[in-house]
Amino acid sequence: MAKIIEGLRYSESHEWVKAEGNVAVVGVSDFAQEEMGDITYLDMPMVGDEFAAGDEFGALESVKASSDLYCPVSGKVIEVNETLEDAPENINSDPFGSWIIKLEMSDPSELDALMDAAAYQAATSK
Amino acid sequence: MENSSDNTLKLTCLHERHVRLGAKMSPFAGFDMPIQYSSIVEEHNAVRNAAGLFDVSHMGEITISGPDARKFVNHVFTNDVSSLESGKIIYGMMLHGNGGTVDDLIVYKGPGEEDWLLVVNAANIAKDYAHLLSCTEGFDVKVTDRSDKWGQIALQGPDSERLLLTLPGMEACSSLGFYEFCTVTAEGTPVIVSRSGYTGEDGFEVYAAPALICEFWDKLLAAGALPCGLGCRDTLRFEAGLPLYGHELADDISPIEAGLGMFCKLDKTDGFIGCDALRSQKENGVNRKLVGIEVLDRAIPRAGYAVELEDETQIGTVTTGYRSISLDRSLCFALVDARYAALGTALKVRIHRHVFPAEVVRKRFYQTNYKK
Repeated sequence: MAKIIEGLRYSESHEWVKAEGNVAVVGVSDFAQEEMGDITYLDMPMVGDEFAAGDEFGALESVKASSDLYCPVSGKVIEVNETLEDAPENINSDPFGSWIIKLEMSDPSELDALMDAAAYQAATSK
Repeated sequence: MENSSDNTLKLTCLHERHVRLGAKMSPFAGFDMPIQYSSIVEEHNAVRNAAGLFDVSHMGEITISGPDARKFVNHVFTNDVSSLESGKIIYGMMLHGNGGTVDDLIVYKGPGEEDWLLVVNAANIAKDYAHLLSCTEGFDVKVTDRSDKWGQIALQGPDSERLLLTLPGMEACSSLGFYEFCTVTAEGTPVIVSRSGYTGEDGFEVYAAPALICEFWDKLLAAGALPCGLGCRDTLRFEAGLPLYGHELADDISPIEAGLGMFCKLDKTDGFIGCDALRSQKENGVNRKLVGIEVLDRAIPRAGYAVELEDETQIGTVTTGYRSISLDRSLCFALVDARYAALGTALKVRIHRHVFPAEVVRKRFYQTNYKK
């Protein structure tokens, strides 16, 4: 059973978001990493890139497949997790500890459109 | 994320065991097949360092019998079986008249002069069977599709021989060389065991009735083989430089283009279907060639991605690619414009939103460890 953390927001494309004031910390869920299998590469955006909610901001690659990453909320990238460049497998071992990007949100109210833990639990246990 | 409850999919005799082992199942060539049990990396490494066990019951088995069997196989097959002895296997292709590939397959020469077994790709069983039937005119042969009657497992890796010998009646198999086989009897029924596989390692492929295959599967797992899915079957064959039909070979890709000319005996007496087309390709050269490419970055080239020149002109397409598990390099096969196929040629591969520097390298990425 995939782990889900209370207090985070979740997208339909399996990204999680942790709001820290105006900043959104974004990663992928345990469900997503389990589905992907061994992750071998992460294609990340550059600091300064701007995305609208739903935009593709990068890609996650496992041995077998490539899966696009979608921006759960609109904003500007202020930090990328460079340790994942050399150790993308950390996403497998610790998906909630392995944030991918931090965004300065342009519209924090977009968080309300995302699922909470209970809704995400329901969505992934179908 | 794929739906594996599609009830139109075929199931192998080991299906229930895969589900019980918790495998991730996915449709492949019309079958519901295990992609991985634990992790592709772990299963891949088990085959390289110990022993892995694959269910390959989806593969097709077509027998050719009758007085003209040898002549017929030689007519439809690119390699030369005119002097192939009983107990030997040979790899090659069946072609269309224009040189495109119907399928790649291995041919087993049975104990009798009239016993031939063709092992073909699961996705091509119906096409191959129809193709073979369409070629029988003038030959006294019987073509029989036995795919649904047989189960098949592949035991692969350096510990394979030791584990195989834990099964009853397998003593004769330890003396087999690579691409040799024997027929043994277990519990009163015949079993074909060949020293062969699709991983670049030593190993065996075992064909038998479904009930016996299930028993062998259980015993080999109990003896220490790791169950392995189709995910690592593909990473392993890729590193070993082996083609997969539908990627490196297809109805519109010839073995000459795919760099498999050594399996096509163009000077064979009476030739074979597609021989003239291949001769002409060999004399006049081909416009595209399959190459190995290394991407000089961690980014992973995947099937369908563009291979480009410095000025962004596309000169080819990736057919299979991975971050190689055994070599930790980003590698791929690609069909490219033949003018850029020389070893060492600098190219680019477009991956997502970026273009990465790359170089043409040898296709056999991994040093294979076959038993001599």
